[in-house]
Amino acid sequence: MNAIETLGFRTLMLVVHLGRLGVFVGRVARASVLPPTRLRRFVGEVFDVGVLSLPIVCLSGATVGAVLGFQSYVALSRFGAAGSVGSVVGISLIREFGPVLTALLVTGRAGSAIAAEIASMVQTGQIDGLRMMSIDPVHFVVMPKAWGMLFAMPLLSALFIVFAIAGGYAVVVHLLGLDPGTYLTSLEDSVNLHEDVSQSVTKALVFGVVVACIATYRGYTSEPTSAGVSAATTGTVVVASVAVLLLDYVLTSFWGI
Amino acid sequence: MGGQLALDRPLAGDFHIAFDGVRLSLGRREVFRGLSCGFLRRQITVVLGGSGAGKSTMLRLIGGLERPDAGSVRVAGEEVNLLPERQLFRVRERIGMLFQGGALLDSMTVFDNVALPLREHTRLSEAEIAERVGRNLAAVGLPDVADLFPRHLSGGMSRRAALARSVVMNPEIVLCDEPFSGLDPLNVRRIEALLVDLSRRAGLTLVVTSHHLASSLRMADRIVFLVDGRAVSGSPEELLQSPDRRIVDFLAAESQAEFDPSRLGDEPSSRPAAGGGAS
Repeated sequence: MNAIETLGFRTLMLVVHLGRLGVFVGRVARASVLPPTRLRRFVGEVFDVGVLSLPIVCLSGATVGAVLGFQSYVALSRFGAAGSVGSVVGISLIREFGPVLTALLVTGRAGSAIAAEIASMVQTGQIDGLRMMSIDPVHFVVMPKAWGMLFAMPLLSALFIVFAIAGGYAVVVHLLGLDPGTYLTSLEDSVNLHEDVSQSVTKALVFGVVVACIATYRGYTSEPTSAGVSAATTGTVVVASVAVLLLDYVLTSFWGI
Repeated sequence: MGGQLALDRPLAGDFHIAFDGVRLSLGRREVFRGLSCGFLRRQITVVLGGSGAGKSTMLRLIGGLERPDAGSVRVAGEEVNLLPERQLFRVRERIGMLFQGGALLDSMTVFDNVALPLREHTRLSEAEIAERVGRNLAAVGLPDVADLFPRHLSGGMSRRAALARSVVMNPEIVLCDEPFSGLDPLNVRRIEALLVDLSRRAGLTLVVTSHHLASSLRMADRIVFLVDGRAVSGSPEELLQSPDRRIVDFLAAESQAEFDPSRLGDEPSSRPAAGGGAS
């Protein structure tokens, strides 16, 4: 009976949280169309999420591309299809690994930072301070962060893919000795600009929305304690990562993105 | 003084802020059990009470940051417990609040913190804002910290900078949550003088929560004492002469801690109560 009760309670809590998240996203959407535009804060957030994530995204991209190129070359060589390495690397990176791994990396670096920053503002009374100054914290704090994440995610994903393709090129061409023309031609022939690239950007945008909403929601609704800050940060990384992976499957399977 | 303390005094008079039958529970703890009291216009009211008595919660109810389970909270004629958040902003423009930790935005300099309400709610030019911020920072004795971030300030300096921010929009009401806690005597005196000066000069309704008995008695026009989820209110003299055992015990403990450090090693029973008529 206890297990059933626990399951029921958890299901109810999930529904409650989803409802609250929906209301919260509605507030962010409403704040987005109300003046002022908060352009300076938005640019600051793009810097925090985008520019400060560059090293980890570029480095991860290069290493993922290198490993992908190496493994693909080894596997395809068995069937005499080593010339298709560029195609395998390009398609898998652009359609899947680019947006998904970028979203996971940005969740760990910037999503957790956003949740921790907002949660610590809750804890130290800064959010209540804004409310007492008749300044909507959703408009002043949350909205620029959410848009900054949404804006930066596709750009970071694109950079991840570029560095991954370059990483694959470096390993396959310079280390394993594949002809550079074969690698690039295979890549060029298999990647469709409209379908593959637009799908990649769509995925990155969707993941940007998901990570931004979860990170800001977890931070904003955190308990005003040290444990609350910690729970918001951990919760953001866990929930956003799982949501990105589930959503990737849904987008790919049901909508063919 | 011949007056007598009133328990949950009926709401008659020129109250700027009025609590009427307020009940509030936080978790399983019942903080207020039918609290009724008022805060007079242009007067300094100090809210006293032990830890967990609900002093900070009282200020949060006035600011609409908390909502009561029952009863009403009227601020300048508006029933804030019924207003949605958007409409509360209109009421809060008439209120300045000094939070216990200052609540300065740590991503902004002191100047930007104090300038924030002006930039958000007025059409003043940057030059006018700079002039007003400079004037307010000078008034709280911090003319040279405008370019510093809150993390570079001491507790007392943070509190004074937050005070400058809370009054920069010329509010009618200023709420101060434990402005003296954790400060050295010099800073206590300094902030106390600032609050009294501000209140008298600008005709503010000032509500201060405090544990600090000496400064409370010096600055208060009226005292609201929170006990068992209800309010006992009166003048400082009435408080000192109260025969109520709970008030006597509170005054004795606070006065002992503040005034008589040489007796810290004495037995509690040997400590005298504050004020001549308290016992």
